[in-house]
Amino acid sequence: MNIFSDRPAWPAMLMRRTLQIVVLALLIGTLCFFMARALPGDLATRIAAGRYGYDMVSNAAADAVRAELGLDRPMWQALLHWLGELARLDLGVSLVSGDPVLHEIAHSLGHTLWLSAVAVAMAALMGLPLGIWAGLHAQGLVDRATMAVAVLLRALPPFMLALLLMIVVAVQFGALPVAGHGHAGSVLLPALTLALGMAAGLARVARGAMLAVVRSPAWEFARTKGLGDGQALWRHGLRNAAVPVVTWLGIQTVFLVEGALVVETLFAWPGIGHALVHAIFGRDIPVLQGTALAMGLMFVLFNLLIDALCMVLDPRLRQGAAA
Amino acid sequence: MHRPDPTPPPKRGLTRLTRRAALRQAAAALASTVGAAGSATGANAWAAPGPGGPTDTDRPPLQIVGPWEIGGLDPARSGYFFNRLEVAETLVGAAADGAPLPALATGWRRSDDGLEWRFTLRPTARFHDGSAVTAAAVAQSLRRAQVAPALLHPVPIRSIEADGTGTVVIRLTQPFGGLLSQLAHSSTQVLAPSSHAADGRVLAIVGSGPYRVVSIEAPQQMEVAAFDGFDGPQPAIRRVRYLSAGRSETRALMADSGQADLAYGLDPASLRRLGQRPQLRIRQVTLPRTMILKLNAGLPSLGDVRVRRAMSLAIDRAGIAHALLRDPSLAATQLLPPTLQGWHNTNVAPLAFDLPEAAALLAQAGWRATSEGVRNARGEALALRLRTFADRPELAIVATALQAQWQRLGIAVQVSIANSGDVPLGHRDGSLELALAARNYATTPDPTATLRQDFGPQGGDWGAMGWSDPAVVAALAELGTGASIPARRAELQALVTATLQSQLPVIPVAWYRQQVAVSRRVEGVELDPLERSYRLTSMKWRA
Repeated sequence: MNIFSDRPAWPAMLMRRTLQIVVLALLIGTLCFFMARALPGDLATRIAAGRYGYDMVSNAAADAVRAELGLDRPMWQALLHWLGELARLDLGVSLVSGDPVLHEIAHSLGHTLWLSAVAVAMAALMGLPLGIWAGLHAQGLVDRATMAVAVLLRALPPFMLALLLMIVVAVQFGALPVAGHGHAGSVLLPALTLALGMAAGLARVARGAMLAVVRSPAWEFARTKGLGDGQALWRHGLRNAAVPVVTWLGIQTVFLVEGALVVETLFAWPGIGHALVHAIFGRDIPVLQGTALAMGLMFVLFNLLIDALCMVLDPRLRQGAAA
Repeated sequence: MHRPDPTPPPKRGLTRLTRRAALRQAAAALASTVGAAGSATGANAWAAPGPGGPTDTDRPPLQIVGPWEIGGLDPARSGYFFNRLEVAETLVGAAADGAPLPALATGWRRSDDGLEWRFTLRPTARFHDGSAVTAAAVAQSLRRAQVAPALLHPVPIRSIEADGTGTVVIRLTQPFGGLLSQLAHSSTQVLAPSSHAADGRVLAIVGSGPYRVVSIEAPQQMEVAAFDGFDGPQPAIRRVRYLSAGRSETRALMADSGQADLAYGLDPASLRRLGQRPQLRIRQVTLPRTMILKLNAGLPSLGDVRVRRAMSLAIDRAGIAHALLRDPSLAATQLLPPTLQGWHNTNVAPLAFDLPEAAALLAQAGWRATSEGVRNARGEALALRLRTFADRPELAIVATALQAQWQRLGIAVQVSIANSGDVPLGHRDGSLELALAARNYATTPDPTATLRQDFGPQGGDWGAMGWSDPAVVAALAELGTGASIPARRAELQALVTATLQSQLPVIPVAWYRQQVAVSRRVEGVELDPLERSYRLTSMKWRA
C-alpha cells in the first residue's frame, strides 16, 4: 500500500500549513510587541529590575538600561527593526541575560520537548493497554477501575500530584531526585506527574474508540469470517481505533508542551513555560516574542503532524481531501 | 505539605515505621508501573556515599539549592554567584562585621590627602586560563565596573591604572572612605581579559578563585570544580553544583531527601519540619537587611512627623514577627539590626506598639476620627496607597497585616503588589505614597554608602522621600570621606541613627534572618551575614 498514492491531498495540506506559519509568525510577533509595551510600568525600570534584582534596581540603573537599549526611540522604529531581523531569521538577544534568543529558546524548548516526549511515552504505556482492554471488555472490572482512577487523577491538580510524588518517590522511597535536571533519572518524576493525568484521559479515549470499533459491523464481519480475537484486534481493531486516539494525543501533547509551567517550576525544570513567564516579568521583549513564536509554530507543526498521521492511518481522509 | 504533629513519643516510632513501609510499597508499585528503568536508573546517583565510600574525586558534587536565578555573566547582574561560589575574587574581602580583609590585594596604602590608593596584588595569583593576575588586567576589569549599576559608578574616581605588574593605583577626585567597601562588592570582581569579547561583553567567567566554572546553564544550574592552579590551600570539597528552584516546597523536599546539601530560602513551616530530621541541621544568621516602609514625606499628611510616628506606633511588630515571620526576635526596634556594630544604637528608645498614643498623635495633628472609620482633616480623608513587590513572598503578607493594623487607627491603606522597579520609579515621578521593601544595608560591607544613597539631600530611591536633614547629610558625608577617628565616627553614627529613629523618614518593620538546612554529610558550614560567600573552602565532607 502506498500512502502517497492519493497525491493531491498532500501538497494542499502542506501549502495551507506553510501559509499559516508565515501569517502566524507576523501576527504573534506584532501582538507580543504591542502587548509588552502596553503593560503597565516603565519598560527600562522593569528590565533593570529583571537584570539586577531588587537589591540593585535604581533610577540610575534604569537610565543606563534605557540608554543602552535605545528604549527612547519611537515604537514604530523598534517594531520595524524587529520585523527586519525576523525576516533575516535573527531573533535578537535577550535584554536580561544578553544571550542570543535562539540559543535560549533552543535550551528551554529542548528541555520541554524531552520532558513532554517522556511524559507522552509513559502515558501511552499506561493508558493505551488499559483503555483497549476496557473497550474490549466494557463494564468489566478494568473498565470500572480505570474510570474511577481516571476521575481521581484528572481531579488532582498537577501541583498537588507533583508534591505527592516528590514526597513518596523521592523523599520516602529515595528512588529518584526531587528536582533539577542533568541527574540520572531526573526527568522521570516530572514526566510521571504529567503522564498520570494524561494516561487517565488517554485510557478513557482509547476505551471509547475501541468500544466503537467493537460495536461496528466491520468488527462483527471480521469475527464472522473466522478471525480470532487477537487477529481481529491486530488487523482491524487497532487501526480503526487509532484515529481518534492519535488526534486526542496530539492536541494533549501541545497542551502539555505549552502548559507544563506548574510542573516545570516545581521540579526546577528549565522549560519554555518558565522562560516565557520570566520574559514577561522582566519585560524581555525579544525572548517574549521568540518564545511565543516558537510556541505558535509548534502548535502548527503538531497539527501538521497529526493531520499527516491521520491521513496515513485512514485512507478515507486522503480520498476525502482529494475529492 | 504539612505533616500532622507526631503522636506521643512511644507510639511515634511505630507509626512512622508502618507508614514508611506502606509508602515504600506504594512507591515500589508506582515505580514498577513506570517500568524497570524508573527505579533502576542510577538509584542514589545524586546522593553522597556513606562513610567509607569512594575517594573524594568519585564523590558527587556538593549540591546547593536556592531561589536565586543566574541572570547572565555580567558581574553587575549575577556577579554575586561567582563570588559566593568563590570563582571570582574581589580586590578586597570582608570579615563578618564588614571590616576589610586582604583578598586579591594583599594590602593597600592611602596617601595622606586620601586621593590616591595603592593596592598590592597577590604575586602568585593565577586566572583560571593559566595567565598571571597582572595589575593591567585588574585595572582593566575595574574600569568596566564604573558603569551603573556597578558599585564603582558613584565613586569619585579620576583614574584606575597599573603601576608595574603588581600594583594597581586608584586616584580619586575627592576623598572617599567607602572605596575599600565598594571594592569588596561582587560587581567589582576581577575577571581575566579572556573573559571579555572585543565589545566588552562577558563571554565566560575566568576568575582567580579556588573554584573554576565547569558549566553554566542559565538561569538555573551551574557547576564549579576546584582550580588546581589556585595559589592558596586547595579546597576539600572538589565539586559544587548550584540549582535554582523557584518554589520553597521544592527546596525543602530536596533537603529532606538528601539531594541538597545546603538549602537556602526556606519557608517557616518547612524549617520547623526539617529541624526535626536527624540527617539535617538548621544554621542561621541575622542579616543586615530590614523590612522598611518607605514613605513620601512630601505629602501633607506624611510630612507631619506626628503622623509618621502614629503610623509606626500602630504597627504590632511583635505580632508580625511572631505570626508571619515565625521568629519573635525579628521585630525591629530600630532601623539597623544588632549585627551592624556601630550602627545599632542601644541608647535610642525602641519602637513601640501603642494604639492610644498613636490616636492621640493623629488627633494632635488635626486628623479627627469620623463615623465612617477613616480619619479626616479639613475635609480630606487619611487614605494612602502602598506599593510592594512579589520578589520576596513575605512582603505581600506583611503589607496586608499593616493595612489591617492601620485600619484600626482610622487610616485607609490600599495595597498594590507590582514590580520592584516601581518603587524607584515612584520615587522619581513623585507618585509613590507608601512602599514596603526589604532593604539590604550592607550591599557593600560598610553601610555608610547605602545610607548616603538613602538619606542624601534628595532622599534616595529606596530611602527617604521628601525628607532630608542637613545634620544627617553632613554626618554621612564626613563618614564617607573615611578620615574620622573612631570616637568621632561613633559620635556621627549615633547622630544619624538617633535622628532616623525620632524623625522616621522610613519606618522599620522587621529584621531578617537567613536560615539554611545543612546536611550532616558536610562539616564546617558557616553562614556569611553579608551574603558574600557560601564559604565553600572551609567545608569538608564528614569522614
